[in-house]
Amino acid sequence: MSPEQPILPKDAAAAEGKVNVQINGTWYRFPKGTRIADACNSVEVHVPCFCYHPKLSVAGSCRMCLVEQGMPPRLAPGATPTYNEDGYQTIQWMPRAVVACANTVAENMGIRTNGTVCTQARRAVLEFLLTNHPLDCPICDQAGECKLQEYTADYGSPTHRFTEAKIKKGKHIEIGPRVNLDQERCVLCRRCVRFMREVVGEEVLGVVGRGGHNAIACYPGKTLDSNYSMNVVDICPVGAMTSRDFRFRMRVWFLKSTPTIDVNCGTGTNIYVWSREQQVYRITPRQNDEVNSCWMPDSHRLNYRYINSGKRLLTPLVKTDAEAPQRAAAWEPIIKAAAEQLRLCDPGQLAFIVSARLTNEELFLAGELAQLLGVKALDIVPRRGESDGMLISADRNPNSTGAQIVLHKNGGTLDNIRRGIKIGKIRSLVVLGEDVTAEAAITAEQLAALDYLLVIDHTENATTQAADVVLPGVTFAEKYGTMVNVTGRIQRLNRAIDPLGEAKADWEILAALLRECCGDLPGAAAHATSAQEVLDVMAAQIEELNGVSWASIGNQGQQIIDTGVSIPLIDREKANK
Amino acid sequence: MSEITYKPGHEPHPRETRRIFRNIDRVGYTPSIKSFLADGGYEALKKALAMEPAAVIDEVKKSGLRGRGGAGFPTGVKWTFIPRGNTKPVYLVCNCDESEPGTFKDRFIVHQDPHQLIEGMVIACYAVQAHYAIIYMREEFPEAAKIMKKALKEAEKNGFVGKNIQGTGYDLKIILHRGAGAYICGEETGLINSIEGVRPYPRIKPPFFPAAIGLYGCPTIVNNVESLCQVRQVLLRGGEAYAAEGAQRSPGTRIIGVSGDVRKPGYYEIISGSITYGELLYELCGGPKEGRKFKAIIPGGASAKVMRCDEVLTGRNPDGSVRKMSIFDVPMDLDSIAAHGSMSGSGGVIVMDDSRSMPEMLRNLNRFFAWESCGQCTPCREGNPWMLKLSTRICEGKASPEDVDLLKSVADNICGRTVCAFGEACSWPVQAFITKFREEFLALTKPINALKPHNPESAEARKYLTRED
Repeated sequence: MSPEQPILPKDAAAAEGKVNVQINGTWYRFPKGTRIADACNSVEVHVPCFCYHPKLSVAGSCRMCLVEQGMPPRLAPGATPTYNEDGYQTIQWMPRAVVACANTVAENMGIRTNGTVCTQARRAVLEFLLTNHPLDCPICDQAGECKLQEYTADYGSPTHRFTEAKIKKGKHIEIGPRVNLDQERCVLCRRCVRFMREVVGEEVLGVVGRGGHNAIACYPGKTLDSNYSMNVVDICPVGAMTSRDFRFRMRVWFLKSTPTIDVNCGTGTNIYVWSREQQVYRITPRQNDEVNSCWMPDSHRLNYRYINSGKRLLTPLVKTDAEAPQRAAAWEPIIKAAAEQLRLCDPGQLAFIVSARLTNEELFLAGELAQLLGVKALDIVPRRGESDGMLISADRNPNSTGAQIVLHKNGGTLDNIRRGIKIGKIRSLVVLGEDVTAEAAITAEQLAALDYLLVIDHTENATTQAADVVLPGVTFAEKYGTMVNVTGRIQRLNRAIDPLGEAKADWEILAALLRECCGDLPGAAAHATSAQEVLDVMAAQIEELNGVSWASIGNQGQQIIDTGVSIPLIDREKANK
Repeated sequence: MSEITYKPGHEPHPRETRRIFRNIDRVGYTPSIKSFLADGGYEALKKALAMEPAAVIDEVKKSGLRGRGGAGFPTGVKWTFIPRGNTKPVYLVCNCDESEPGTFKDRFIVHQDPHQLIEGMVIACYAVQAHYAIIYMREEFPEAAKIMKKALKEAEKNGFVGKNIQGTGYDLKIILHRGAGAYICGEETGLINSIEGVRPYPRIKPPFFPAAIGLYGCPTIVNNVESLCQVRQVLLRGGEAYAAEGAQRSPGTRIIGVSGDVRKPGYYEIISGSITYGELLYELCGGPKEGRKFKAIIPGGASAKVMRCDEVLTGRNPDGSVRKMSIFDVPMDLDSIAAHGSMSGSGGVIVMDDSRSMPEMLRNLNRFFAWESCGQCTPCREGNPWMLKLSTRICEGKASPEDVDLLKSVADNICGRTVCAFGEACSWPVQAFITKFREEFLALTKPINALKPHNPESAEARKYLTRED
């Protein structure tokens, strides 16, 4: 070979640890070991899959992902390969389709998804799946997000040829407290079986019966009661596994999904909030390989009903006299009055109890307010539990790391505040998003004895009942903001529904109070018109947040510090790779 | 062989060559080690142990021995697929799940001459350096399990199995594992899953080629009972001598199990390729029953494609010229029949005479495959019950001519799209029966409206769905 000979694509790719693959006539380069299905999907060539899930072992059993594959012809001994003008060998197509999920790409491989081999195979598999499928889409919860429905529309046959009696299997089986099983709808992809075995590590689900009578079932004496059981509903491509919480409540095509994060613990699980007309209907996990993979615990997923509960605070409330009941008030005068009252307080006798369930922006504004008022006594309420060794963090506050970064507070001085209240040294209190009677061991009597109690919260509780002024904030689903999870990853909260009633996002309330308190002084944060602008102010002031912006965080978050804490499930997943 | 006497009615035909079946139905022969040693047993093992393991593999490779389970893969080549530099334990599994309908060769070996298998296994294990071997015996052989257990004990007592075999320092443990009665456990990866105690779903290949990733993720060699017994023959005769005998590409003897409509069904051990199907059926098996004619032959177990006896095949004379022939002229080796679209598989020849209804035969096969499908992958799980329902309807005279084509089309849709070879096993018979006996199927159909519902449920579904083809 002369030195002027151009480098062949195969050598160029090999130098990068990649291989050349032709997909539907176009050449691409993929890292060695990439699955054909992943390779195709990454270049927008859709390969339908039922059983393949990137986080589970490969079953290769649904046969939906069959594609036509070809390789260069096998050479006779001693023969040298010939290359065409583009530097590739001719592809010899195989008559049999191969599964795209179990096979990996190879040099000079050809993949075709638009030829007869592939089209026929997909059509045949869909026809088989539908022979014994009940076709009860009108009353099936999965309709609208059902892979069988989608693929049938995309690749299926417009006619059907099956005119025999269908095989009957079990319906409406309560296999667990939160999951229902319909064996007739099942396509036996066994994702649920593999999920329980490989991710949860519990042998609960299995297959029973022979041949056409195969069905998913729990092992004798077992129920699907794991705190991760509802993930099988998410990964079930059809309506076999349905959530008992969500069943029959809403057609999914009416729902809007908002990417945001979970606020039940320090992991900050990435989620979608599914809502329609200011009502949240369900929460499902959103993939983030650094935080929660594709999963979330049931306990977190189901903790959403408070968002639309009747106990929500919808208007500002004010108590005009110590004995008088709280009554509704308008925002403007009450903010004015509250700011005035706070300014009148002796800073030494005023304390702030803030919540690590608030966003960084809110914590920052609360800190600014306290600083402006000269208040030193400010802390969060720590919330510790036990880690479940999976996704639930021992830190049950979603933003403890953020409180540490923004306010340098971790709950260590809460005792001092509590003691101050007890001995009467602290006469006024501002509480943000916490029921201090329940979480901070401050009694309702102690609260009643205070001179002034200002509470910002979204739901009525013993603290709001004792307050002189209640300003209605919102839940995580109604506001924008950022939080930092236990590992030090900053993530975005997005607004899924509008604030209920007259409630306002907490950062808006705090900014308004700040503006009232500081009078004419121009405070950049106080004049922010959005949470994103508050973040920009913080990014300029706080070292850890330097260079962070709403856009840079994105939907997958951004690692800003390394706390040394890790998420056990993610550790395991990475170790298994 | 003149000194050997066989039980009355079991005497070998003069054209047979009894090697593996030398002691089957032999007068005075018991499954005990005494009988076996008296007949020169464990001599091949001693010979093997004196060689290097690699030399044993070479010998088997030289012999050209091909697996007798059905696929006919060269045994010695299979043994070399263990990854180089492997540090994991190597397992050897003897596949004694003989479950292909029409096949009944291994059952005689394990019932009457178990030590022959044990000796073959020890040689094979020594060659691949396995120290743990498993005999996977099907549920339907309870007696054989007892016999085999006893034989294993005897072999261990005599120092042919266990620690330090024959003082060479080579250790081997052989255990017996019972199946629970499933056809799919005869598929090597299904069998491995069954041993592991999980559902015997066959594994996908790639990546789960047993020789690389087998039992418990370790390299595993799975060999058929007869193959392992043939290994012993290879050692006894020497690889080159073995290769010189019989058909060039499939040397050695073959055991043929003939069942169905012949005068003398049973087992026959012949030199591979030494006789034709015609000679087998007319000479060895005594021809068709009184007043009957042969109609069809399934040449290699239920999953092989059926051959019509009056089918005109195109063959070649030794000088290369083309000649017309019938199935009766095809020699009985592994490859000849494959050239005519079927396979000789596991050697189970099923013969049907003109008294048989082909649609009924097919329904019977469909019933077997629908029951035995493991249910793992979609085409086989859903296609088999469908084919059974269609063939049942055809047999009951409730089908239209279009249903015959539909049945074939369903088979075409299964074939080549499944995880394991079961997809071919269940669809080949349907394809062949319908292609070759189409008129018999059509004769049972009526020109009824194919769209007409066949049951209350489809009558109901008919309200919403139409068929346009």
